[in-house]
Amino acid sequence: MSSLPPSPVRRPPVAAALYTLRHYLYVVALCCVVAVFTTMMKPGRSYGSQLVYSLCIGTICWGVIEFGRYLVDPKHCHNSPDGGHGWPKGWRGLLLTAIGIVVAFYGGNWLAYTLVGSSTPLDPQDGARDSAMGLYVTIAAGAIGSFFFYTRGRAAAMAAKIAAAERDASEAQLKLLETQLEPHMLFNTLANLRALIAVDPPRAIAMLDRLNSYLRATLNGSRATQHPLAQEFDRLADYLELMQVRMGERLRYTLALPDELREVPVPPLLLQPLVENAIRHGLEPQVAGGEIRVSARRVPHAEGEQLALEVADTGAGLPVGGLPERHDGPSGFGVQQVRERLHTLHGDRARLEMAGLPGGGTRATILFPL
Amino acid sequence: MPPTALIAEDEPLLAQALQAELAQAWPELQVLATVGDGRRAVDEALRLKPQVLFFDIRMPGQDGLAAAAELADAWPAHEAPMPQLVFVTAYDEYAARAFETQALDYVLKPVQPQRLQRTVARLRQALAPGTAPAGDALDAALAQWRRLLAAAGGAPGESPAAPLKVIAASDAGGTTVRMVPIEEVLYFEAADKYVRVLTADREHLIRTPLKQLLPQLDPTAFWQVHRAVVVRAGAVESVHRDDAGKMHLRLRGRPDEKIPVSRLYAHLFRAM
Repeated sequence: MSSLPPSPVRRPPVAAALYTLRHYLYVVALCCVVAVFTTMMKPGRSYGSQLVYSLCIGTICWGVIEFGRYLVDPKHCHNSPDGGHGWPKGWRGLLLTAIGIVVAFYGGNWLAYTLVGSSTPLDPQDGARDSAMGLYVTIAAGAIGSFFFYTRGRAAAMAAKIAAAERDASEAQLKLLETQLEPHMLFNTLANLRALIAVDPPRAIAMLDRLNSYLRATLNGSRATQHPLAQEFDRLADYLELMQVRMGERLRYTLALPDELREVPVPPLLLQPLVENAIRHGLEPQVAGGEIRVSARRVPHAEGEQLALEVADTGAGLPVGGLPERHDGPSGFGVQQVRERLHTLHGDRARLEMAGLPGGGTRATILFPL
Repeated sequence: MPPTALIAEDEPLLAQALQAELAQAWPELQVLATVGDGRRAVDEALRLKPQVLFFDIRMPGQDGLAAAAELADAWPAHEAPMPQLVFVTAYDEYAARAFETQALDYVLKPVQPQRLQRTVARLRQALAPGTAPAGDALDAALAQWRRLLAAAGGAPGESPAAPLKVIAASDAGGTTVRMVPIEEVLYFEAADKYVRVLTADREHLIRTPLKQLLPQLDPTAFWQVHRAVVVRAGAVESVHRDDAGKMHLRLRGRPDEKIPVSRLYAHLFRAM
């Protein structure tokens, strides 16, 4: 599965152009409203000429701000849905707005004047006061417009961020499911089942039941947040039983769960990746196979008691120098995934330790507060 | 004389099932032995000299690919013809590829009777006494093994568009990474958990397995000559064959080393 780059996703050029055009239409709408106000402010003004003034100023203001932000280094900009160039952060955004307003006020007035003449032809001596008034209107409209786009942009960036987080979460879940339903395991189990049907039907039925509850747990497990430790051990028994049909004498296992710990809630299938690793990397490479022991116990700890869950095998052991630093098989992912789930639930108070055992074999221990 | 076979499969039920299916599809076939790991597969094959090998790919000890590669070199071709090789595998990256090519020297688990019939038909045909001289039969068998091992052993996924230009190798302490231009590399040799990268005057270690490295090398410049060795073709100075028929080569730039050539790759060095 290829990992997509985090948000924002760059839009294709046509979509980006449409996006810009839509911005501009908002500006035009705002200009129409502003022109209504400026027409009413002084008798004798026509809406037509006010609209021309308003549109000239608005267009320039929008143009300066819309395209001016591309002159700002993207690292000082908020993320926007059309790339890294959102609204500039902090004082840069304010400065860009101010420049836009000043340029628009002088440029727009001049442009409109050349197009339709003076906005208030009846009262030329009021020019100074008029232009002050016009400046206020421009500042107010510019500020309103900028604030509008700023908040819109921020909401869009937030939405993109949420969408990306959701996508990451479902990708992780899919990957987890893929490792748990590893095709090699599934198809080998089916092949064994097919063989058993012919030679030992009662055992085939028992195996099918195990497979059934294993699949159910795997498909539900990624959703439910906690289940009792007793259930966790039952699921491990399903998996180990399935593997034992396949491996025969080469796999021996014990599951040791004290009665008093049966109801302790744990994340579903938390131990599964560790047991899978013990089989895949510990027992499977060895001609003679080996033994897996899964156990739970209480251990005293400075901040109250802790639960220790242990998966020990007598297999091939850890490679020299610990786990491989770069591993693209499901094992690396499995251990990492256990660590992440523990961290989400218990923060720094939980940990996973992997240790090679003196006589060969590996022991994985999970510790978290009871 | 009835045809003979060896089954190497680590899962006992699947070994039984394959034998049962073969009894249906090929009643006269005699299964000489069933073994559960890659090492015994080699030993028993050499001892029993069967005509057909059914090898599981994932096996303990050593996998089916390594067992086949070892067997290719160790097989006494003057005593018995090279066996026909068939890989038996559950779904995995190899099988996906086999589906694409519809190769008859792959059988998927669980074994489907019709599919096995077709494989058996091909095997019968290959074992039928032909008119071809012994030497050609050996070449044909080696070519089949080579093709099968290449299809099964190649790294999954697309090979990268541009060949590797430089090898990044960390030195012993792991504190420095040396960048070795690919032009300086004379050969690569797999050694336990590492791959040795040898230039004319230095040796570096990398962790990338040979199997993953190979698709990233320019195939015209680098040749695999052994399951553990890939050499720069242009650096090969001479190829020698000893009395036992084993081949080795010498490289310009590292005159003191004898590099083994596997029988599977001997065809690369046939005189023009």
